[in-house]
Amino acid sequence: MADSPNEIKRKRQREVLLPVPTPNLVTERDFGKPLVLEVEHLGIDFGGLTAVDDFNIAMGPTEIAGIIGPNGAGKTTIFNLLTKVYQPTRGTILLNGVDTAGMNTIQVNRLGIARTFQNIRLFSQMTVEQNILVGMNNSMNTSLLQDLLRFPAHWKEEKEFHDKAMDLLGIFNMQKYANELAGNLPYGAQRRLEILRALGTNPKLLLLDEPAAGMNPNETEELMENIQKIRDDFQIAILLIEHDMALVMGICEIVGVLDYGKIICKGTPEEVQSDPRVIEAYLGKQGAKAAKEAVEK
Amino acid sequence: MAEAINRAYRTLSTKQRYLINSILVVAFLAIGELMISGGVISRYQTTVLEQVGIYIIMAVSLNIATGYLGQLPLGHAGFMSVGGYSCAIFIMRMADVFGVGTRDFSTGTPQAMLLFVCGLIFGGLCAALAGLIIGIPALRLKGDYLAIVTLGFAEIIRVVMLNIDDVLGFQLTGGAKGLTGIPSYTNFLNTFIVVAISLFLIHTMMKSRHGRSILSIRDNEIAAESVGVNTTYYKTLAFVVSAFFAGIGGGLYAGCVGVMMPAKFGFMKSIEILVMVVLGGMGSMLGSVLSATVLTILPEALRAFSDYRMVVYAVVLIVVMIFRPQGLMGTYDFSMGNTIEKIMNGQFPWKKQKKEETVAEETKEVAKDGR
Repeated sequence: MADSPNEIKRKRQREVLLPVPTPNLVTERDFGKPLVLEVEHLGIDFGGLTAVDDFNIAMGPTEIAGIIGPNGAGKTTIFNLLTKVYQPTRGTILLNGVDTAGMNTIQVNRLGIARTFQNIRLFSQMTVEQNILVGMNNSMNTSLLQDLLRFPAHWKEEKEFHDKAMDLLGIFNMQKYANELAGNLPYGAQRRLEILRALGTNPKLLLLDEPAAGMNPNETEELMENIQKIRDDFQIAILLIEHDMALVMGICEIVGVLDYGKIICKGTPEEVQSDPRVIEAYLGKQGAKAAKEAVEK
Repeated sequence: MAEAINRAYRTLSTKQRYLINSILVVAFLAIGELMISGGVISRYQTTVLEQVGIYIIMAVSLNIATGYLGQLPLGHAGFMSVGGYSCAIFIMRMADVFGVGTRDFSTGTPQAMLLFVCGLIFGGLCAALAGLIIGIPALRLKGDYLAIVTLGFAEIIRVVMLNIDDVLGFQLTGGAKGLTGIPSYTNFLNTFIVVAISLFLIHTMMKSRHGRSILSIRDNEIAAESVGVNTTYYKTLAFVVSAFFAGIGGGLYAGCVGVMMPAKFGFMKSIEILVMVVLGGMGSMLGSVLSATVLTILPEALRAFSDYRMVVYAVVLIVVMIFRPQGLMGTYDFSMGNTIEKIMNGQFPWKKQKKEETVAEETKEVAKDGR
């Protein structure tokens, strides 16, 4: 039996949110430390459609933040903007204080942003270990010639990164899958592998797009622990999109609610939960009214 | 269960693996040479063997772009002709500089061998340059569009070869009548060595971080970019390496046939090579080698049936594609070392393996634990 939302909530330390010089909030723990991500007035238009408008967020170096919102609100678009799959129409994205304007996906990845995908995108014809090694590719530096002629440097580096990959797989106890094809893994393991592959790139900010999609409550519970463990072990910031409220309310320190491309509410999970605008966005005006009446009864 | 997993799996060291493979290659070469010098294999059959070697290089090099990178270029014959012409012209012009006569290639003087190696590398580099020039614009496209663009480029190469007979007073390709008088510098021995080296280099490239990046682009380009794989660079790299080895194959071809004619490197040649790759299984080096061998020998072996042989050739293709659409080998690749390791551990490849079952069980257990 999964923990009830109340029990889960107790596992998370209560955080006080403090204002920073921008219209953003960070946790007390990270206050005064350099921000890993600072986004101001981010927006994108697709033709005449404004998919995201005036999106602001600031993230401390060890923060777990969540973005929730109804379907089509623009959550994944924000991830695509942050990772430069789309170039934003407006606004700035500062990653560790570096302006990412005009950069491409590869460059922002090297700056320390890594992501997973809503629909799993693994290298399915490659083994689990190879998937992780591709993620680590940018940390490896043998030249093509060294690899072609099998210089000692090649063997040394291959061994070093084999060990690193195994350590990384150890986080989720997946060493036994190392030589399986990624496409043959069970669904949950594929999701975990995607997270590990992203971690292989040594990110400072990890973006998780619906990490708990399709997982049962037990797996979700395990995932929550793992996300917190990753944050503690690697000391990185994690931004996630999720529909599973138990997960969002359980581990996120800041939650932003997105509707029609705009942030309608931002704050601690408790603040967000009770905000009438959020209830309205999810249930509609009629639904919100009905819910209110139901609560009053 | 746990015991079975923990039981020490006897393995071969890297050195042992390399030793075993080297011995096998040398043994194979020695057998071939002995059979040729002993007269078991006729002169005609030797030529067929050389052609087999050339098409192995062509198929394996195209496999880099199709099987490993996952693109569909249709202009491989173009690179072959660039490599063939430049290698042949280089060797013909440089023969005097190196002090090599026409007969020296068959006796194998050191200068002749040096000239041969330089010629092949020059041919490969010219083809790689052509690959770079074509690859940079063409690789912005995918799938059918890339196929058509590369097809167009290959035609351009063919027409260029046809028309650069006389450039600024230099006699180059011989135009439509062909480039004749190429010394027959290709023989079984050097074809075999070049094939072995090419296969080794392609293998080592694919089993390195560069190869993994190329494979990741095939599997999921968006994900590859998201983990920082420079997709443009690695696509171009794969394309250029593919063209380089096609150029080497072309260089050998020129020496084997002795006459280079632009008409030989038309659209059909590209298709022929692509058929070898697809039939063998895209992404399998063993598949490319096998199908290049079979598809080169088959039309020769069926020569007695004259016109019907192309029907048989076509039927073989159709049957294979119906019953094994993924190609003869799929993406399976053979590893001598791994096979020997398995036999050492009592898992005989000709017996049914239990490995898959155990994995399935493990998965079930994990699922149970999760529930």
